[in-house]
Amino acid sequence: MSIEVRNITKHFGDFVALDNVSLEFPTGELVALLGPSGCGKTTLLRIIAGMEIADVGEVHFHGEDATQRDVRERKVGFVFQHYALFRHMTVFDNIAFGLRMKPRAERPSKTAIKDKVMSLLKLVQLDWLADRFPAQLSGGQRQRIALARALATEPKVLLLDEPFGALDAKVRKELRRWLRRLHDEIHVTSIFVTHDQEEALEVADRVVLMNRGRVEQLGTPAEVYDTPASPFVFGFLGHVNLFHGRAHDGWLHVGDVALEAPDQAGATDAPAVAYARPHEIELDRYSPGQQGIRVQLCARLPSDRWHASSWNAKTTPN
Amino acid sequence: MSRRTRHNVLPGFNLAMGYTLFYLGLIVLIPLSAAFIKTFALTWEQFWGAVSTPRVVASYQLTFGASLIGAAINAFFGLIVAWVLVRYTFPGKRILDALVDLPFALPTAVAGIALTALWAENGWIGSLLKPLGIKVAFTPLGVVLALTFIGLPFVVRTVQPVLEDLESELEDAAASLGATRWQTFVHVILPTILPALLTGFALAFARAVGEYGSVVFIAGNLPMRTEITPLLIITKLEQYDYNGATALAVVMLLFSFVLLLLINVLQWWANRRAGRES
Repeated sequence: MSIEVRNITKHFGDFVALDNVSLEFPTGELVALLGPSGCGKTTLLRIIAGMEIADVGEVHFHGEDATQRDVRERKVGFVFQHYALFRHMTVFDNIAFGLRMKPRAERPSKTAIKDKVMSLLKLVQLDWLADRFPAQLSGGQRQRIALARALATEPKVLLLDEPFGALDAKVRKELRRWLRRLHDEIHVTSIFVTHDQEEALEVADRVVLMNRGRVEQLGTPAEVYDTPASPFVFGFLGHVNLFHGRAHDGWLHVGDVALEAPDQAGATDAPAVAYARPHEIELDRYSPGQQGIRVQLCARLPSDRWHASSWNAKTTPN
Repeated sequence: MSRRTRHNVLPGFNLAMGYTLFYLGLIVLIPLSAAFIKTFALTWEQFWGAVSTPRVVASYQLTFGASLIGAAINAFFGLIVAWVLVRYTFPGKRILDALVDLPFALPTAVAGIALTALWAENGWIGSLLKPLGIKVAFTPLGVVLALTFIGLPFVVRTVQPVLEDLESELEDAAASLGATRWQTFVHVILPTILPALLTGFALAFARAVGEYGSVVFIAGNLPMRTEITPLLIITKLEQYDYNGATALAVVMLLFSFVLLLLINVLQWWANRRAGRES
């Protein structure tokens, strides 16, 4: 099922959490909402789930307006950062919860529920834990149970709010690869929120980069990494070197060095910043008699504006 | 011979433990055992005669029955009060929150007189109920009323912190799984707060069983009808029948002990269901 949000705006008091956000999430894709804390990504997810109401804007599920629908009617699976498992219930009862809460007419029989729960437990590879209580599980196990619980009602949409945020680094890596494989198996439209760029780039089909309540860029992991749309994306994804200088007549002057900057042809002595990835800079060996090290730079600011240039850096070795 | 010394993070285990035992012994155990020892001055027949007269049995029924009803009423309405105080913001919330503690602070005799003045046949509320044929003051209903009044803070104050700690995510999770508000309350919230609710119930009950001051005014103290056991004990003391008074006290102690034990078992069961055992 595809999801579309249109012109969503949300305020918390004076704070603008979301500022006119419009996005489309195609059917069957795993999309990451990526951004720093407070960028509005969790709020957007909660608005899609119906747990938060937008001040302005619409949410459409499969072309249908779902803005006025209650959480219960949206039939989304939701996974929380801190699991939100019912601790007074066993793992089995947790997963069966959604099925048992259905109105009597829709509720599956006891044996059907049991079969469903056991098959979900097998799916998350924890079928030997059915009788345990959540308190007796590790963090990674709890999150997998939470995922199984969310999948029990066969939602058309799966929303995950920082699903690996509370786990340690090793488990986090394992679990996100496992999530990717699981998604390849069940192909339910999924959105997950994260502030971890590595996680987003590794797991997602597409990445939505958000900052201060706005969408900065939308694209495949390769696209957003290789062709960042804005200085924010450049700075947020991967490592970057900044060169502060002045743009003048199509050239950027950084210290004694001039770099070609064709799109800045109209600029006259304006302050400018050049961005370059570490792997886009090549260092030559120091050869005696030279003033510094020869550095090759191929930098790209929005849409390949710059091409390979080279200059002698004013750094002396040792 | 070497003695193995156990290392504890907190120093002074022996001192603290010794102090605790001494203190509990002095304040709780010695007075209670004195009541038991005093009753041994009676022969078994005398004891049985003192604690099983129809008038005394009627007072047990009233005391424990009214206490249970009062505690149950408090468990229900106290939960609602705690819920409102935790979940909603409204003007005057702090004042309302402070009001809950008043039954703690008010001298019980004052509470008793105030309640009687209100609910007697010529009082503000009592005069309204009179045409309906409902009498509160000087009936067992009045006893229940007084015991409900003094027990309220116990339930509210034990349930409130647990409700405050309840993650709102649990409710979001239940809703996203299709549960209605009522289903969420019954299947998710109630089991989580049940141990605290039982604790509040037990405290309110224990307080009500021992209550004297607020009840004697509104009860009217008619033998066989509205006479509570603590009042009978006082009556016996006034007649210099110390042994008879302690005999009644011992029976009350045993009853209370058994009931509290039952409630503790219930609590243990609720805790286990809440998945909190390690």
